[in-house]
Amino acid sequence: MKLQYPLARTLVTVRRSSFMIDLGVAACALAAFFAVVSTGVYWFEKPIPVAQISSSFAALPVYAFYSIVRMTIAYFLSLAFAIAYGYTAAYNPRIEPWMVAVLDILQSIPVLSFLPPVVLAMVALIPGHQLGIEMAVILLIFTGQVWNLAFSFYSSLKTIPREMREASRIYRFSAWQRFWQLEMPFSAIGLVWNSIVSVAGGWFALIFCETFTMGDRNFQLPGLGSYIQAATYAGNLRALLAGIATVILIVVATDQLVWRPLIAWSDKFKFEQVEAAGQIKSPVLEVLRQSRLLASLVGRVWGHVEEPVYRRMAKSKECRVVRPLDAPRSGNVSPLLWVVAFAAAAAVCWAAAQAMLLLRTVTWADLRLLLEGAAATFLRVNAALLISAAWTIPVGVAIGLNPRLARFVQPLAQILASVPATAFFPIILMALVRLGGGLGIGSIALMLLGTQWYILFNVIAGAMSIPSDLREVASLYHFTRWQRWTKLILPGIFPYLITGMVTASGGAWNASVMAEYSHVKNMTLSTIGLGAQIDAATDNGRFAMLLLATICISLLVVSMNRLVWRRLYHLAETRFKLEG
Amino acid sequence: MQEANTSTQAIVTPQAAHAIIRAEKIEKYYAQPSQSRIQVISATDLSIVPGEIVALLGPSGSGKSTMLRMLTGLSMPSAGTVYWHGKPIAEAEINVSIVFQSFALFPWLTVLENVEAPLAARGVAPAARRERSLKMLDTVGLDGFEAAYPKELSGGMKQRVGFARALVVEPEVLFMDEPFSALDVLTAENLRSELLELWTKKTMPTKAVFLVTHNIEEAVLLADRIIVLGRNPARIRTDFQVQLAQPRNRKSEAFTELVDYIYKVLTRPDAEPAEAPGLQFAPAVRDQRQMRYQMLPHARPGGIAGLLELLLDKGGRDDIYRLADDLAFEIDDLLPIVDAAQLLGFLKVDEGDAVITPSGEEFANSEILRQKELFRNAAIENVLLLRQIRRALDAKSDHSVPEEFFLDLLDEQFSEEESQRQIETTVTWGRYAELFDFDAARRRFVLPDVLDEEIATSEDKK
Repeated sequence: MKLQYPLARTLVTVRRSSFMIDLGVAACALAAFFAVVSTGVYWFEKPIPVAQISSSFAALPVYAFYSIVRMTIAYFLSLAFAIAYGYTAAYNPRIEPWMVAVLDILQSIPVLSFLPPVVLAMVALIPGHQLGIEMAVILLIFTGQVWNLAFSFYSSLKTIPREMREASRIYRFSAWQRFWQLEMPFSAIGLVWNSIVSVAGGWFALIFCETFTMGDRNFQLPGLGSYIQAATYAGNLRALLAGIATVILIVVATDQLVWRPLIAWSDKFKFEQVEAAGQIKSPVLEVLRQSRLLASLVGRVWGHVEEPVYRRMAKSKECRVVRPLDAPRSGNVSPLLWVVAFAAAAAVCWAAAQAMLLLRTVTWADLRLLLEGAAATFLRVNAALLISAAWTIPVGVAIGLNPRLARFVQPLAQILASVPATAFFPIILMALVRLGGGLGIGSIALMLLGTQWYILFNVIAGAMSIPSDLREVASLYHFTRWQRWTKLILPGIFPYLITGMVTASGGAWNASVMAEYSHVKNMTLSTIGLGAQIDAATDNGRFAMLLLATICISLLVVSMNRLVWRRLYHLAETRFKLEG
Repeated sequence: MQEANTSTQAIVTPQAAHAIIRAEKIEKYYAQPSQSRIQVISATDLSIVPGEIVALLGPSGSGKSTMLRMLTGLSMPSAGTVYWHGKPIAEAEINVSIVFQSFALFPWLTVLENVEAPLAARGVAPAARRERSLKMLDTVGLDGFEAAYPKELSGGMKQRVGFARALVVEPEVLFMDEPFSALDVLTAENLRSELLELWTKKTMPTKAVFLVTHNIEEAVLLADRIIVLGRNPARIRTDFQVQLAQPRNRKSEAFTELVDYIYKVLTRPDAEPAEAPGLQFAPAVRDQRQMRYQMLPHARPGGIAGLLELLLDKGGRDDIYRLADDLAFEIDDLLPIVDAAQLLGFLKVDEGDAVITPSGEEFANSEILRQKELFRNAAIENVLLLRQIRRALDAKSDHSVPEEFFLDLLDEQFSEEESQRQIETTVTWGRYAELFDFDAARRRFVLPDVLDEEIATSEDKK
């Protein structure tokens, strides 16, 4: 076979009706351009801390658009930062342990308690523009999203097989080529899956933080979250339902138009030697793949960027000499690095000291209240976890062991898990108000709303993974129901259950911040709890309390992770792993 | 040390002057916290000269791969230097390729893109890149597979891509790290002969080939020169030219004689190798370290019993080479079992033959419970670590000792990984011999009856 023209992947599939598709793709590009321009115009208007939120349905698309833009920017910022962070951590053994520890802690801190200081800082930094508040919200979503992405990228880099690394060394790949041909593809699948989790978390936070009060200042940004909150505040059920419907629509559309194509596409990055059966299909991806314009455009543009880089890099020393993989670290650090490290350490110390000084205003009564709150929230979070586990385990196992049902329910549970629970909070709150119940129990219901789907989703996956021969053994030997559960099902789903519980526990802590304190119809509902104290402190502008409560909640979460979850995780990894 | 230096200097051959790659007293060791160090490869001189296929043979864990990586600049020797045309390799612009055991292809790139990648790294323009890659794919017989992804190909096809990628940069030395060992027998044979054809017809511009393998026949089939490595630490046992004409016949007497000779060298790790049949060889560097613990060969008791029974069927004595052939075993599979049986005093190795001893005969003839007893006695008598564990367990009031304790002792002598493997083998042997049991959840050695009791009491509680 002699080939006259360059080969490309797209040559492999036969294409149909590509003109209309090309037109559609071009239209999408135009639309994206317009969106960027109009966002810019809006941002550089005069500052309007409190945007008037219209409750008409006609305003919904615009609000949805603003929210999506915020989300998208935050996501791409997170992605870029995560890659830079993971890369630095993986290739600098000197600072690696530090960076990993930082990741580990930041990953488990509820971000919402950072909202007020971040807003103040940003408004101070960019005065006179809407941009400051926007930046604050985006930064907040960013902090919620970035850590698991960074961790995923970092651990992918660390698990690249040795021979692949050696191949890239011996064939003298430049850092650029290594990044695009080895590191990025190898990390792609992890990044895609973590992006889904991250963006779900992002929506959760976004809906909550578009509207908030701090001291005597109100901040309100036009967006879906504000729309929903305004509707709740006014007791407008119709508007509220419309808002929630829009959120769900966006989540489902993102799932179909972005995540599924991405998952299907990332399948080719699977590090496997043999092709696996049962891949996820995505019609959207098929359509994109058939677009000749897109393929050749991307290829050509990319080629223009890449070729000069290759040419230049090939002349560098890096590309001419094979460097050993196990080269010892250079003994002396450049003095500049010392200066930078020292300055950073000094700055951190100074800031920490300032924060500590802030705590002077906290009284013993405050402290007692805080500890009571911590205990109450702790109980509530664990109650929510237990309740979720109690109903999701039997239901999940029943679904998982029935393949036909599972195929239908699993994607549904996945979508439910990524619908932000914050969108549903108002409905439950309104019901609570009408029923006259307090937030003490009500907040547990709110936490449940956010957490149970993760567990259900994982339990289904766990039950599906129990090998059928083990199940046959159980029925062959007439296991009693008790035996079936203790000897087969529970050990079988254990690793999945733990994964689900860990995620759910993080989500519940995060939810506590909004679940324990709320404004509905001109009333303030609250109960005793750490989350309530964080919110109350925000409302009253008491930064000392806010800081202390945040420290408290972070300590609780981190120590729970270290003492309980990590051990259970280890147990799941070692003892309850089903090996093929 | 002094002595070793003088003896190795003496063997710088006249060829070394025009060597492409020359290693001078390269060593590899890992420093231990307690001042001592674990020597993986002892000071070795080695050169690769144009026009020859060199095979580096050795049992697994003998540091063959590490040697290859030091010669290619992928790994830094702890001491000594590797030179590329007389220039230290860390500064030279070297031109070598490696064909990997696991292929190491990028699964997300097509076959063509995989082959193009090294050319792109060298700044070759896209058109030239494509042309050269297509030509190379044609050469290795992959015409028509350009747009396929590696996972769609069979193992043999994948390794062809590996070869194409290695050859497309026209390397001066082609390194191969067990390139055929992940393939089935027929595919491997096919690829070997194609490689030889490329080499003898000079279709590939490569000046020398360096092959790492544990397959003796493969080495004798392909190589112009064979270097046999010994273990603990790795050192060159023998280094000789193969004077058989190509194509070589596996059935010919000269061939089997050579294979047998290498088997003899490998099965007697401590003896100075005799002279290769009619050939020269370089003197070996002696292992200067005295081991406290023997290195346990990683063999299962069942395997030892199986080998002894087979040997008994053959009249108590057989050629190891033939045994391996009968079992369709590779040297890596068989040697640990032979070593283990030898360590336990069940057999002796004599001139490349395995000879069963009286105790081995008794073992092979006994039923399972008696076998365990014999194994237990032999193990206590011959294996220091097993003896120590058992003593410690008997001495302690709770009859249990943490794994950590023995790992620490072993760490003084073996690398961390090897220590772990030693413990694993010890556990297998100890369990079989009913000397002790191992509680994997608590990572502790326990006496067998202690564990029984614990189980009994927990059952009672129920």
